[in-house]
Amino acid sequence: MRFGFLLWILACAPLFAQDAKKEIQKYQQMIAEGSPVELFELEGEALWKKPQGPSNVSLEKCDLGQGAGVLKGAYARLPRYFKDADRVMDLETRLLHCMTTLQGRSRDEATKRVFGNENQPSEMEYLSAYIAGQSRGVKLAAGHTHPKEKAAYELGKALFFHRAGGWDMSCASCHGEDNKRIRMQELPVLHKPQAARPIMATWPAYRVSNSQFKTMQWRINDCYRQMRYPEPNFASEATIAMNTSLAMVASEAKFGSG
Amino acid sequence: MAGPMKMRATLAGGGTAGANTEVRVLMTHPMTTAQSGQPLHFIQNVTVKQNGKTVIEAEISQAVSRNPVFSFRLKGGAKGDKIEVSWVDNKGESNAIETAVA
Repeated sequence: MRFGFLLWILACAPLFAQDAKKEIQKYQQMIAEGSPVELFELEGEALWKKPQGPSNVSLEKCDLGQGAGVLKGAYARLPRYFKDADRVMDLETRLLHCMTTLQGRSRDEATKRVFGNENQPSEMEYLSAYIAGQSRGVKLAAGHTHPKEKAAYELGKALFFHRAGGWDMSCASCHGEDNKRIRMQELPVLHKPQAARPIMATWPAYRVSNSQFKTMQWRINDCYRQMRYPEPNFASEATIAMNTSLAMVASEAKFGSG
Repeated sequence: MAGPMKMRATLAGGGTAGANTEVRVLMTHPMTTAQSGQPLHFIQNVTVKQNGKTVIEAEISQAVSRNPVFSFRLKGGAKGDKIEVSWVDNKGESNAIETAVA
């Protein structure tokens, strides 16, 4: 009897999963129509325009790849190679670059608190929300022509499949097979464009479950924490390579479209 | 200091007879509950005015999430109507925003 019930449950499991998937889609729709991310964008805009650091200037002259101060579509074209720094940079790395060069701040000071919490979001989170918001509707097109961009893509791909750490895991352990999930959260197969696109099109992201805005550097950092790796450095070669690789797999996705 | 608010008000139904005014408003607030162990801090009253006339007076509780998003539909309305939304929390702090119906 009990065994029969168990079979019934197993038979219904795909149905439950379908329902849950629909509910999650409904929730994503609501989020797209109006979410607290807009409040983060307002704070980010204020921070972008606020004079700070020893030079007491704002970030408004910061070149995110489309020219000094050009924000429209800038996020969708990151990461990319920057000649002035002679390296590939993602959004947060570039912001850090502008904070140290334009505003004259030290790297230590500017990276003291890159990941915030629900009570006090970080400067990087507010700024990321504001800048990513200016790329809605723009197709993702990370740089992929410069040799350093190609190298970053290759390194990111290699890291994705590289098993290490206390549990001998790689990103692909969770994100390498179809139809995997953790609790109700589906795990996208991130080396496949059709799975990576909807994800990369909606990151950085506000999470209602913990009322926080999460950035890509945080996402990579936290995946490594979950895999029990040593903590990667903020804006390091490895995290940028990972972001470059993910963005390139997801290229052509229209940003902000889920 | 209260964080920012954001509001959008649009005429649903393209401005024809029987149209409704759709309002969506975002508020920055910690909405701290008793469970958190922190002192209670939550929005208690929300007031909505349409051209100066109060049309909604809501009492909300700790059950509402942090940084709440509210949307509501007002009967009738026209482009350019002034919509005002304000909140007061249990500590007496408040914030307000106004916009014209687009």
